[in-house]
Amino acid sequence: MKTSVEAMMIATRELTKRFKSVTAVDGITLEVADGELVALLGPNGAGKSTTLRMLTTLIPPTGGSAEVAGFDVVAKQREVRRRIGYIGQGNGAGHSQRGRDELISQGRAYGLPVRQARARAGELIESLGLGEVADRTVSSLSGGQRRRLDIAMGLIHAPELLFLDEPSTGLDPQNRANLQEHIVGLRREHGTTIVLTTHYLEEADSIAERVIVIDHGRIIADDTPQRLKAKHVGDRVFLGFGSEADATTAAGLLNGVREGDRVQVSADDGPRMVPGAIEELRTAGVAVHSVEVTRPTLDDVFLTLTGRSLRNEEA
Amino acid sequence: MSSLVTDTRVVFSRELRPVLRSPFSIVFSMVQPLFFLALFAPLLPEGSSLQWFVPGIIVMSCLFGSSMTGSNLLYEIQTGSHERMLVTPLRRPALLIGRALKEIVPMIAQAAVIVLACLPFGFRLHLTGAVLGLLILAGFCVGLGALSYTLALASKNQEWLFWTVQQTLLFPLLLLAGVLLPIDNGPGWLRLLSQINPMTYVVNAERALFDGDIWSRTTVYGLIAAAGVGLLGLFVGVRAMQRSD
Ligand SMILES: Nc1ncnc2c1ncn2[C@@H]1O[C@H](COP(=O)(O)OP(=O)(O)OP(=O)(O)O)[C@@H](O)[C@H]1O
Ligand SMILES: [Mg+2]
Repeated sequence: MKTSVEAMMIATRELTKRFKSVTAVDGITLEVADGELVALLGPNGAGKSTTLRMLTTLIPPTGGSAEVAGFDVVAKQREVRRRIGYIGQGNGAGHSQRGRDELISQGRAYGLPVRQARARAGELIESLGLGEVADRTVSSLSGGQRRRLDIAMGLIHAPELLFLDEPSTGLDPQNRANLQEHIVGLRREHGTTIVLTTHYLEEADSIAERVIVIDHGRIIADDTPQRLKAKHVGDRVFLGFGSEADATTAAGLLNGVREGDRVQVSADDGPRMVPGAIEELRTAGVAVHSVEVTRPTLDDVFLTLTGRSLRNEEA
Repeated sequence: MSSLVTDTRVVFSRELRPVLRSPFSIVFSMVQPLFFLALFAPLLPEGSSLQWFVPGIIVMSCLFGSSMTGSNLLYEIQTGSHERMLVTPLRRPALLIGRALKEIVPMIAQAAVIVLACLPFGFRLHLTGAVLGLLILAGFCVGLGALSYTLALASKNQEWLFWTVQQTLLFPLLLLAGVLLPIDNGPGWLRLLSQINPMTYVVNAERALFDGDIWSRTTVYGLIAAAGVGLLGLFVGVRAMQRSD
């Protein structure tokens, strides 16, 4: 899919992490090009956080290798750290600190001079709508406000590559939508390469151009959400008829399954398949009474890939 | 090297900021030492006893504050802000040294509060001695703080471990250093335990120094004990921090 001429932001080879008895990440080989927005999707314990923690130099791999922003994650930790932003699964700001202070410290940690760190903190407070709470103690902020502060801290040094571990977990739908908008905006306005993990299928579907499905520490699918759905599930078309006899004829012609006076047909592209099917049935003397097309969700994809539903595992 | 200094300064000022924002928090860890002062001092025999008792209480206050300080790191490990700092380019040793050095500030503030509270009751302050005493105490509390952070790093995901170890060590260290009662008349085994407790030498040095007895062997022993605890703490702490994930 990618040519080797393009700059690779992330390139891993057989990346593996084994904890005593658990193999959390089991040989992941992966390339992410400059400017991509990638979602790692998988159930609890799939190995998403462990993968991110290796890519961000937090833990060393037990096997394989990874280059991030052009540097090896083990041999050149500081070079990697300088170039990436990381927003972990927890809260980055110290609870006894004030948000603005933490932002400035974070800027200083990345080597910004005080004056610049202060200016940058001000910008981010503005753009993330934290103006009213930035000078309060972090422990008094709501979950959504804290999460936005986390995002601001991850962006303080305007990294070229940003990792987010479940950025929207625990947020209400409104805050989640705002956050997704912000992430998409980063990518659009600054060309930031973004890798995020999520359990939310809708999230992966709506913001990522590339979804990597992980299960038991392995990549089991890697494609655009559209192609994943088309390839693994396809659309479902339901056609209604005036009688069971008509339905039986139609099921035969279209290679579908009859249920009462309805027929279900699978198609790569449902809406485009329907007009031709209606035409074909009319020629055969069968009138179509109703048409319904359902598009698959990533949950369907996950189900066909693993035989398990992603949703059930969340509970 | 200059960069390790810069990094340490960043961590140090971050740690210090909440303290400066709410100075009253310094008094919080002093509640117990102040109680000991208020409830024990009246029981002491007449004479120069305050002169004997107060330096011990200053060391006690330093012990309480510095040994608890790891709980802040423990909390930051749990919430994720430690992880966030581990991903920044800050050098790992700076993450520990900056935190440990910050212990000096509340220690000095606490010593000042205790001394001021005791002056009206006849406590005599020898300034040169007191300054030297605080210098020794600075080394001691940096070491204690570093050890407390080490304990916090080792107790990751097991908060009970941190508090069990801290609480278990706190009072034996305190009593064996002869802070509340003199050890001199105790049985041999008690005196031996007291002699291997570095805090004993720090307490003795503080007593001598606050009393104006500066150029004595006691001062040298106190200095060695405090520097030893300081260096040991930093060494162990930096190693633990380098392994932290
Ligand atoms: N430090 C560790 N020690 C031992 N096992 C670990 C450690 N960290 C993770 N694991 C195990 O590795 C596996 C993958 O965990 P990981 O946190 O990467 O999953 P995840 O995909 O991020 O899950 P979630 O969606 O719940 O965040 C799990 O079985 C987990 O229990
Ligand atoms: Mg996770």
